Amino acid sequence: MKLFGYRVPMMASLIVWCAIWELVGRSGVLFLIPPLSDVLVAAVALVQTGTWQAAAITTLNSFLVGMALAILVGVAIGVLMGRSVAADNLLGIWVNIFVSAPLSALVPVLMILFGMGETTVVVTVFLFAVWIIVLDTRAGIQGVPPSLIEMGRSYGASRFALYFRIILLSALPEILAGIRLGVIRGVKGVVIGQLLVSILGYGELFELYSRNFDMENFWALTIILFAAAMLLSGLIESLEKRVDYYAGVR
Amino acid sequence: MRNITAQASAAATRLAASDVAVEVRGISKLYSEVEALRAIDLDFPRGKLTTLLGPSGCGKTTLLKIIAGLIPATAGEIRVNGKVVTGPGPERAFVFQDFALMPWATVMRNVAFGLELKGMGRDERQAIAAKYIAEVGLTGFESKYPHELSGGMRQRVGLARAFAVNADVLLLDEPFSAVDEQNRRKFQEDLLSLVEKEKKTFIFVTHSIEEAVYCSDRIVILSRRPGRIAQIIEPEIDRAASPDAIRRDQSYLDTVEEIWQGLKRYVD
Repeated sequence: MKLFGYRVPMMASLIVWCAIWELVGRSGVLFLIPPLSDVLVAAVALVQTGTWQAAAITTLNSFLVGMALAILVGVAIGVLMGRSVAADNLLGIWVNIFVSAPLSALVPVLMILFGMGETTVVVTVFLFAVWIIVLDTRAGIQGVPPSLIEMGRSYGASRFALYFRIILLSALPEILAGIRLGVIRGVKGVVIGQLLVSILGYGELFELYSRNFDMENFWALTIILFAAAMLLSGLIESLEKRVDYYAGVR
Repeated sequence: MRNITAQASAAATRLAASDVAVEVRGISKLYSEVEALRAIDLDFPRGKLTTLLGPSGCGKTTLLKIIAGLIPATAGEIRVNGKVVTGPGPERAFVFQDFALMPWATVMRNVAFGLELKGMGRDERQAIAAKYIAEVGLTGFESKYPHELSGGMRQRVGLARAFAVNADVLLLDEPFSAVDEQNRRKFQEDLLSLVEKEKKTFIFVTHSIEEAVYCSDRIVILSRRPGRIAQIIEPEIDRAASPDAIRRDQSYLDTVEEIWQGLKRYVD
């Protein structure tokens, strides 16, 4: 972007919005919005507390376990659907329903099934993330050039080598895109799961701060969560960029 | 030029067993309702370059992939060096129309991939790959990726990969169709010198008459679907002459013309 002939750096718009937040906060019109500077001070204090650290570890743990399961299962089902028409017909309808379904509504049911604990949160993360990974993996597998598979077969690749040295690598750009979108959905899943269970990790803190109208800490929590989610998806995106040239040349 | 019509002298297409690398016996192929190939009988002489030529949709690529063991035939059998083919095998190597290179692997790894699949050690396979990379004229490009190469160079990688596994029979499926005209000419010349040098059996599919006449020891012309052998021609061209002299040679031009007259009726 250019302004009066000067190049404006990418994140400059963020500064404008931060300034607006600060002004609205200082004007005191909305008690829900404290000044940004206060929120940042609260954030620094918050991350040093044992409560936050314990909550963060619980949350991260549920998130990572749920995501790992979602990636394993999602990629496996996606490969199956991409390679087998029968599996695609059988599972396609369910994957497409679940990828757009309001899964938050299912969490209370999950609580009955898996109890008021971390298991429910892990399952929530899994259910939020897995479907998009399935769909993107399936698309990637279907995009593998048939000649590349014929090449593997004609040069004597075993079934294992065909999948692990050719098919999965060829579909990697789409699989990574699916994982990146899955991570974003998984962050939603972990927060929604914990909020509904509301005695765990970040959900417990959110519940505590919002009930007591402790808005500085509430916003600090939110900002840290957003930053973490963006950082994660940014990491995967940079990985995606490294394999991006695949797509153009196959 | 020698013209052997299939029906008239079936005996002439049969050679002494030891001179035959690939035997095609009664191959038919049906794709559900569509009959792609009907009762093909053909011998491919050892150490020669035989071209399968025909109108589009005549099943020439299908026949090549059946020989490669990539597609099963509906009826008939293929024998390579006297042994019946049931699937892909190490005595055959395939060169693909769209190159079929792995975009995530360097030229070196792509060329050595056939050897890698056989479980050969890294140093050994890289030494072999380096030799063929040099032979196809890609020295200095070993660590480049396919997207950094031109179409012609990519197909040279595909060719080097096929040479590297040291198969007796090389199957080339329209290898130059995705290569631009100028590069194609140079590539054809290089291919001829490699045919001379490597002493392997080449089976070459193309729809270009000029390419077929220029490169082949023997040309098998297939009719339109269902594919059958319409004509077998052996262009008797002096390969010792320079490429440019060959392209102006009267016998070369006559052969091209004769094939064109035969194929014309299949063109809409």
